[in-house]
Amino acid sequence: MKSLRSILLPMGASLLAMIIGGILVAALGYNPVTVYGSLISGAFGNGINIGNTITASLPLIIVGLGIAISFQSGLFNIGADGQYWIGATAAVWFGYHFNSLPGWLHMIVCIVVGMVAGALWAGIIPGLTKAYVGSHEVITTMMMSYIGILLARYLIEGGPMQQKGFNPQSPEIVQNTQFPYFTQGLMQSQLSLVAVAIAVVAVIAVWFLLYKTTLGYQLRTVGLNQRAARYAGINVKLFTVVALCLSGLFAGLAGAVQMLGVDHRLLDGFSSNYGYTAIVVSLLARNNPIGVIIAGLFFGALTTGGQNMQMVSNVPAALTDVLTGLIIFFVACERIIPQIIGWYRRRRTLKSTTVAS
Amino acid sequence: MIFSDPEIWAATLSMAVPLALPAIGGTFSERTGVVNIAMEGIMLIGAFFAVTFSYWTGSAWLGLLAALICGGLTAAALAWGAIRVSADQTVLGMGINIFAAGLTTFLLNTLFGFNGTPINTPKLPDISIPGLDKIPYIGVIFQNQSILVYIMVVLVIISHWFLFHTRLGLRMRSVGEHPLAADTLGINVWRIRYFGVILSGLFSALGGAYLSIGVLNGFTPNMTNGRGYIALAAMIFGKWTPLGSFGAALIFGFSTALGIVLQGQGISSNLLQMIPYALTILALAGLVGRAVAPAADGIPYDPRRS
Amino acid sequence: MEIVDLKKWFPGVKANDGVNLTLRAGEVHAILGENGAGKSTLMKMIYGLLEPTSGEIRFMGKAVHFRSPREAIHAGIGMVHQHFMLIPALTVAENVVLGDEPGRIKFNRKEAERRVRDLSEKYRLAIDPTAKVADLSVGLQQRVEILKAFYRKAKLIILDEPTALLTPQETRELFAIIHGLKADGVPVLFISHKLDEVLEISDRVTVMRAGKTVETVETAGATPQSLANLMVGREVVLRVEKNAAHPGEPILKIHDLHVRDSGRIERVKGVNLELRRGEILGLAGIDGNGQFELADAIAGLIKAEQGHIIFDGHDITRLTPAERTERGIAYVPQDRQADGLVLSFDLVENTILRDFRKRPFAKNGVIDRAAAASYTERLIREFDVRPPDASRKASELSGGNQQKVILAREVSRDPLMLIAAQPTRGLDVGAIEGIHRQLVRLRDEGKGVLLVSLELEEILSLSDRIAVIHDGRIVAIVPGAHATREQIGLLMAGSHGHSEVSMS
Repeated sequence: MKSLRSILLPMGASLLAMIIGGILVAALGYNPVTVYGSLISGAFGNGINIGNTITASLPLIIVGLGIAISFQSGLFNIGADGQYWIGATAAVWFGYHFNSLPGWLHMIVCIVVGMVAGALWAGIIPGLTKAYVGSHEVITTMMMSYIGILLARYLIEGGPMQQKGFNPQSPEIVQNTQFPYFTQGLMQSQLSLVAVAIAVVAVIAVWFLLYKTTLGYQLRTVGLNQRAARYAGINVKLFTVVALCLSGLFAGLAGAVQMLGVDHRLLDGFSSNYGYTAIVVSLLARNNPIGVIIAGLFFGALTTGGQNMQMVSNVPAALTDVLTGLIIFFVACERIIPQIIGWYRRRRTLKSTTVAS
Repeated sequence: MIFSDPEIWAATLSMAVPLALPAIGGTFSERTGVVNIAMEGIMLIGAFFAVTFSYWTGSAWLGLLAALICGGLTAAALAWGAIRVSADQTVLGMGINIFAAGLTTFLLNTLFGFNGTPINTPKLPDISIPGLDKIPYIGVIFQNQSILVYIMVVLVIISHWFLFHTRLGLRMRSVGEHPLAADTLGINVWRIRYFGVILSGLFSALGGAYLSIGVLNGFTPNMTNGRGYIALAAMIFGKWTPLGSFGAALIFGFSTALGIVLQGQGISSNLLQMIPYALTILALAGLVGRAVAPAADGIPYDPRRS
Repeated sequence: MEIVDLKKWFPGVKANDGVNLTLRAGEVHAILGENGAGKSTLMKMIYGLLEPTSGEIRFMGKAVHFRSPREAIHAGIGMVHQHFMLIPALTVAENVVLGDEPGRIKFNRKEAERRVRDLSEKYRLAIDPTAKVADLSVGLQQRVEILKAFYRKAKLIILDEPTALLTPQETRELFAIIHGLKADGVPVLFISHKLDEVLEISDRVTVMRAGKTVETVETAGATPQSLANLMVGREVVLRVEKNAAHPGEPILKIHDLHVRDSGRIERVKGVNLELRRGEILGLAGIDGNGQFELADAIAGLIKAEQGHIIFDGHDITRLTPAERTERGIAYVPQDRQADGLVLSFDLVENTILRDFRKRPFAKNGVIDRAAAASYTERLIREFDVRPPDASRKASELSGGNQQKVILAREVSRDPLMLIAAQPTRGLDVGAIEGIHRQLVRLRDEGKGVLLVSLELEEILSLSDRIAVIHDGRIVAIVPGAHATREQIGLLMAGSHGHSEVSMS
């Protein structure tokens, strides 16, 4: 019953958002059926599209895992975007700077460096200030996110990582750190099985960590009841820092994987919004690592489908953000459901009593 | 010396407006006990609809009115979720921010195409107050400022008086501190909270409109650029008071103005743009004065469970 | 006011089951009953916070049905809650006039302060209207609540356990105020579970027991014994079957301990205490006198400001809670839902809350769910936790069964000492007996038991020695066998000179 509801609620919220989005596009003179049709075919229409969808969902899944850890620990890491870019920047720097290492080792070093960078970005300032002076992590992670993105932009706009040329961008990482595509088909959708494997391993690792280890047990205890955690002898401050570190670690991993697997260099732009969408992914998945896969694929599909939608039916891809925002709002309002059921029951009993009397 | 140049102070004042207005709005919302991180999104909504209606009607003032209405409605949605449904206020705010960013971009592209808003959109007037502009130095600061700058100054004073010297202001503060106590004295907690949140929406929309039809006369996607979040920090820095929020907004505005000035001297603007964010973290870490939030801030109140 | 056969049934609980009461003009009428007798449910119905299942409340000759406190206030009922409904950040005047402020749009602060000052003088309350409530003592805050009632022209004042948080001096002052009210003809409903206060202040007493009003008597003709008998419904108080204690070496020694609470207020002010193996030491005191901060400090949840805690021969003052747990301190915290359990965890996860790091529950940082589950199932059987299902969440259990889970976890760890804070609060008689038996069993196994309780009966029936705490200090330690209710009650109220008391 409870698990059924945890699946039905996000689906209902998504459906409601799609309906409202449909009304919106219809009001602007488009045919919602063709619009959504182009969105779905853009996401799943052929092998390349499916590949694109998976490619787009991987960073969402990996960042979403980090968000799930923070949520389960009672913390709201809203700045994963910055942690992602800091991880990406660190990975890229190691990726083009050192070229004497053997390929596989170099690749691992890049990934590890990205993870550590992301972890420190979330853990040091937001983590320590939360633990020791109680600064609200919603604000500090967000501020650090802005600073992180500005730092990355500085590095390629006149900073030490800029490659001489017209556009602000970093040098490309060396060939042997780039994830192999294996086949032509996968290459077209920039889908690397290495990245997929990393995501799958990350999901299993987070699931194991949260539910099977004492570390996860302590994080969840701190998240659910800090007073009981203190009573249990858990160092709440330490685990607050650890939780934010782990959360940033996965955001950094996502950045590294994206650089090694898809982008291969830092480009100007930095408006991935993975950090924000990943919050939705985690919310929809009820902070469950397995659910994160499904929710991540859903939003990956929205992204690739949205691009196709814009090309085919000329409806701006920003529609997907409208849907995302609505879904979050509806999921947040889930408590209205028992209230509505309550009203309905009361009205029915009221009716039956008036009929009886 | 750059600090003696009145231009930097004029820029400071101008940069403070889109921070001070939402920060004061946030003060009203949080004083009644509702955390509003949706100010960023509401600013975007305000900015977009201000331009749209300014262009359609040919009147920037009607554009401003439309911005207020749309901002108020968005805030009402937040209020409903936060008050009636007792939903998580941070999550709701996030949802509204993403929704607003998407909706404004979507409508920009569908209504105006992919080339942006028309260049002949009317904007609100810049004015110089006769007499004030004669005073040396000060006059330069207030020369040709948007009319919204003056409106903001008036609003700062009224807001402070309203919150601390009126009956409604007292009730708002009591609801944010101890809603159950207020309820037992016959105060309608929900109604006051709706009022506070919608007021914050109006202020935020005004701040957004300042960006789109006060300074410029057009809308670009995500043009608020995180100001709603900095405003949130200004509110905290200002200890949840309108005057304090305004003071913090001036400090943050100054750091932005300084960035513009120093940029000409070869310092990366990316690094200078970090200043407000860094200051905010310092403020939150208690390194530059500590503030205590209203006791019931962010906690839903359900009168049936009391 | 008149209350006729009022009933309030909750699912499974008859909180009020036939309450009858008549309040005359100008009298101080006490409602006396033990905790759980249904006094607060009755109050909530009178004040519009709960709706009665059946029965009637008549006020000023008319039947009333308050659906909210607002309506009750409007009708002229003034309630002084046990936990004050004050806003600390505002001033006295602002708190008093809130909801009915002078002025049109502008709040006329001067006028508000003048009115409050006038009222304060009229009822001899001596309060500065411009003071911030956060800066006032508990006794003064209570007067603000009384002022609030008068500002709204209350025709009846209800005082709900008004002395629970007061010092003896403040209690005296409150009683003087109540006498003043009576002289002015204002009826007062005085809710309490304290016999001596009721005898002192009231004109008539209505005794409640198990949700029913038992009898209303003139205070002048009542004796402590007669009222006590009405309260508990039998001549003898609940005594736990136990043999004589065989106290051994001290397990815990506390020297000059000072503790501040989270609000930086000093709660424990130089406590010296010794607990021996094989004894139950009862810590008696009125709520708010530092007993729970002392318990938390021994368990390590609050840092000691000054002084030493010696446990089993070692100074543990600077150790973390986990290290103290490791050394054999078990703790049943006062607030079981806030501290003792993680409500959204299932029973297995809750059972290992204190020992999740250790074998067999974890090896190399990986939790062995199977081992934890079989241990949990064993405890569920031994302690008769219902429903006997280890996969249930703690939130799905009744209060008594939640407490059984906590107690099972703590005593099954084979500790050297158990601190039990309010172990039976809000539980039914069967559960209470079970928990008391466990405490005695632990004592007989040679463990030290520190029982912190607000229930004097519980302290009296279980303790081998009784320490009385008042205002953060131990004012007396008396042998449990011969201690009487009156004697301990007097000490709890802060009367010093324990030598003659323990002889009386």
